Amino acid sequence: MLTIKNLHAEIDGKKILKGLNLQINPGEVHAIMGPNGAGKSTLASVLAGKEAYEVTEGSVDFDGKDLLAMSTDVRACEGLFLAFQYPVEIPGVSMTTFLKASVDAVRKYKNLPELSAKAFLQYMREKQQMVEITKELTNRAVNEGFSGGEKKRNEVFQMAMLDPKLAVLDETDSGLDIDALRVVANGVNQLKNENNAFVVITHYQRLLDYIVPDFVHVLYDGKIVKSGPKSLALELEEKGYDWIKEETIA
Amino acid sequence: MSDETLLQEITSQKYKYGFTIDIEADQAPPGLNEEIIRFISAKKKEPEWMLNFRLRAFRHWQTMEEPQWAKIDYPKINYQDIIYYSAPKSKKLNSLDEVDPEILKTFAKLGIPLEEQKALSGVAVDAVIDSISVKTTFKEKLGEKGIIFCSFSEAIQEHPELVKKYLGTVVPYNDNYFATLNCAVFTDGSFVYIPKGVRCPMELSTYFRINEAKTGQFERTLIVADEGSYVSYLEGCTAPMRDENQLHAAVVELVALKDAQIKYSTVQNWYPGDENGKGGIYNFVTKRGICKEENAKISWTQVETGSAITWKYPSVILKGDNTVGEFYSVAVTNNYQQADTGTKMLHIGKNTRSTIVSKGISAGKSQNAYRGQVKIMKSAIGSRNFSQCDSLLIGDKCGAHTFPYIESAHSSAIIEHEATTSKIGEDQIFYCNQRGIDTEHAVSLIVNGFTKEVLKQLPMEFAVEAQKLLEISLEGSVG
Repeated sequence: MLTIKNLHAEIDGKKILKGLNLQINPGEVHAIMGPNGAGKSTLASVLAGKEAYEVTEGSVDFDGKDLLAMSTDVRACEGLFLAFQYPVEIPGVSMTTFLKASVDAVRKYKNLPELSAKAFLQYMREKQQMVEITKELTNRAVNEGFSGGEKKRNEVFQMAMLDPKLAVLDETDSGLDIDALRVVANGVNQLKNENNAFVVITHYQRLLDYIVPDFVHVLYDGKIVKSGPKSLALELEEKGYDWIKEETIA
Repeated sequence: MSDETLLQEITSQKYKYGFTIDIEADQAPPGLNEEIIRFISAKKKEPEWMLNFRLRAFRHWQTMEEPQWAKIDYPKINYQDIIYYSAPKSKKLNSLDEVDPEILKTFAKLGIPLEEQKALSGVAVDAVIDSISVKTTFKEKLGEKGIIFCSFSEAIQEHPELVKKYLGTVVPYNDNYFATLNCAVFTDGSFVYIPKGVRCPMELSTYFRINEAKTGQFERTLIVADEGSYVSYLEGCTAPMRDENQLHAAVVELVALKDAQIKYSTVQNWYPGDENGKGGIYNFVTKRGICKEENAKISWTQVETGSAITWKYPSVILKGDNTVGEFYSVAVTNNYQQADTGTKMLHIGKNTRSTIVSKGISAGKSQNAYRGQVKIMKSAIGSRNFSQCDSLLIGDKCGAHTFPYIESAHSSAIIEHEATTSKIGEDQIFYCNQRGIDTEHAVSLIVNGFTKEVLKQLPMEFAVEAQKLLEISLEGSVG
């Protein structure tokens, strides 16, 4: 589904990703861990197509298409979703209006007709229940005045609405209490099927107790330096990242 | 796409309504003197009191100087170069068939099919091309309720007692440079009178257009709502493309008597000039209402997207006790547009209340200023005002300015003022993009969110038009 080859990326002339390789197949959950500054969020931003980042080398193939050649909105329409680490507030625009625009844009891209208001609301209600989002939240402006937990749940709610092929969760667990963590994880687990895939970027292995990854990758200095099964996450938790650094240097 | 290319894209957004009509005009020679004023008055077969009103204003105007205090910058206007009277030749029409087909075509291009509007929307339209009212619809229906809705010239002929009683009572002939000029040379406009206790059953609507080359347009509107009556009036404007700047100095007077309510909504989309700041309308308007007696209410709502220069402060004099004044405004400037707009709320009566909500959006190299005055007189015991002025910047070459003036002569007054300035962030656009929403649509979503509070004050059909206008004015402008 996603093949990243020798990806190099920089921001303001500073090299962040330095030859990253990753293969993701349908039905898989990949966790990406690593110390601060390793390039975890950069990877998420580059995949989503944030302009500030410049890809200097390498390729990303998404379902047979050149991901890097697409604009951000086209990537989203093709089925790439990014759950933001810091969701953005859009004052005055209700979640309902925003999601209608979003769902319609994706449908239009796929040459499907827009959903009627009624069908849309029905669809939204179903997804709301899935991620335990209250109706009150969808009537409010996009992320405006949301608590940290509400913002993250709202990201998972949007993910449910768009039902992406590949979802990248950028430190969705940061700042969440255990209940919110459970809700977010439940959402992901319910959405998971053999046709889609998830990339879970996290600093701690705590989230991985709820979202069980098929693979754990350690990102260090712009490259994936170690991959392994879920047990690798536990090992990292126990030993920290220093042994990886030593191993890499050696 | 980079900011630069996106910003450049704004400029490729050509004015959609740029076309001119070829109608032979019956017009005065350019220039301004007493002779021209007598010519206008004679053309319109006005009574002597009207001519005297004009002449008095003109003589006073000659002693005045053009105001310089606004935050706008434009070349000096040569008032002797302007044609002060111009009328389409076909007149005295009984049915739509008699209207010049060119004029009908213009309306069609603007999307104002008179017949359709009549039939479908229930909006009575008093269409003004240049200076003469071409057609008035629904007049008879309104007549049954005693409502008068006609062109200003007609009102002078047929309801002189009402015109005489109220003309110049809200905006006096010597009020300001442009209003005084209007008093001297105004050609036409609308007149509305709602009798006691009558609720006007439909939105009254006027579309103004500036058409003849080099023709200044000076409309005059007077709306009187008698005791316990209600009226909602809509004014919508578009103008064809012109290379030379055109002066527009209208005067609108609103009078609300005891328990009466006037809601006045404007969507203004005059030609703003091209991407280099060439051409466009100079819009120097004086709009003022008076809540003359107790419990009256006047509400101004405006969506300003056009004109090269806008100088406009719809105001309310809260004279009666317990009266209410409201001002809701969205002003958009793009390219080289300049807007200095806001309101004045003058509290005289007891327990008077005013609300000001102003939303300024600046893009391109434009300058957008809010200028508001809240004045609470000694007599205005227990009065209050709430003002909110928000500015949204798109790109980094534009400016937003807020000039609130607050004066309170009474300690019981409560005055609140809130102001914010924000920028459409790359983060917001990126967030929308990541949800599949393209940049154009993202900007319009964000702008609509920003202006929602004001747009919801507009009547439904107008709100839709306003939303479209905002989209057109800001297409491609991203910061």
